Amino acid sequence: MAIEVRIPTILRNLTGDAKVVEGSGDNLSELIADLDNSHPGIAERLVDGGKLRRFINVYLNDEDVRFVGGLEAKLSDGDKVTILPAVAGGSR
Amino acid sequence: MRYDSLLDSLGGTPLVGLPRLSPSPEVRLWAKLEDRNPTGSIKDRAAYFMIEQAEKDGLLSPGCTILEPTSGNTGISLAMVAKLRGYRMVCVMPENTSAERKQLLAMWGAEVHFSDAAGGSNEAVRVAKEMAAAHPDWVMLYQYGNPANARAHYETTGPELLADLPEITHFVAGLGTTGTLMGVGRYLREHRPGVQIVAAEPRYGELVYGLRNIDEGFVPELYDESVLTTRFSVPADAALQRTRQLLEKEGVFAGISTGGALHAALGMARKAEKAGERADIAFVIADAGWKYLSTGAYEGTLEEAEERLDGQLWA
Repeated sequence: MAIEVRIPTILRNLTGDAKVVEGSGDNLSELIADLDNSHPGIAERLVDGGKLRRFINVYLNDEDVRFVGGLEAKLSDGDKVTILPAVAGGSR
Repeated sequence: MRYDSLLDSLGGTPLVGLPRLSPSPEVRLWAKLEDRNPTGSIKDRAAYFMIEQAEKDGLLSPGCTILEPTSGNTGISLAMVAKLRGYRMVCVMPENTSAERKQLLAMWGAEVHFSDAAGGSNEAVRVAKEMAAAHPDWVMLYQYGNPANARAHYETTGPELLADLPEITHFVAGLGTTGTLMGVGRYLREHRPGVQIVAAEPRYGELVYGLRNIDEGFVPELYDESVLTTRFSVPADAALQRTRQLLEKEGVFAGISTGGALHAALGMARKAEKAGERADIAFVIADAGWKYLSTGAYEGTLEEAEERLDGQLWA
């Protein structure tokens, strides 16, 4: 089961500079564990104390995973996951 | 309609139906035209409420200097109110913002300090906090954490929406300081149990997310996740495409962030239609397109426009 994961610049030192990697898992926790196998250290940058880190946003098919189950969010083949740091963004 | 002054005309904006973009008579889209505010954006509400509150709290008196990290609409709104109330206005903004915004800020008398493009508004916030520390007599209203920002929408935008659309089922707006969504969201949840509050967050090019360290990340102090039903990240190409569609189908000339909100609103409309549910979905036209003409967003193919927009702060 392949899930496409987009990696932000700040974490690419862990993926050999790859912008997009593939992983697998039935939910986000499993996907992160799988990613950590191929890219050791990435889980610790994303999760702290069993929760997503405050300044990390993860989107499942463009929807913030915090609203669709968080680390328990169900994944299926072909899903797209985007990881981004939380920033103040654009023009306010 | 007659008002005693420009500031008195704030708010009370039209809510217009979008019959061509609405999927059916049971699933309808409504646009709140916030470009019809004094300086042309929804930020006039927050700016006015924040300055009023600071005056009430005795923080501001004529001649004072207001400092704010802002790359656009909030700065323009604050500059207008500051000018009328006799304050000096200093904005800190990332250098990669559109030429129109720089000109508009200057026009309303604001002084502009530029922060590095890398890091976007994060960097502007950091620089502004440094400047505030160096000038303790300056007043930073700080839109990301000022409760008067959300209160403006709790007391005005929210009640206006409910009065015009008592049957509202969804409210969709862009997510930035989070003030609009927090204020309107709280108000509607109190008065319309079951209403869905949906955030559309712009997704920028990589430059904007270029933090050196994840601990430099930023979540606005106003943000309370429990007010939202869900939150979407909208890429620039989708926002651009929707902005053009809104113009093409309904004649509404909106800024690019509005395309992001429309994208999320159409997503909710599709969902409601699939489920066979009635829906009245209101979303915010945060500003009109004038300020973004120089970005090339409205010319040529979508691909060309997207390329021109890359690395710019489009919302």
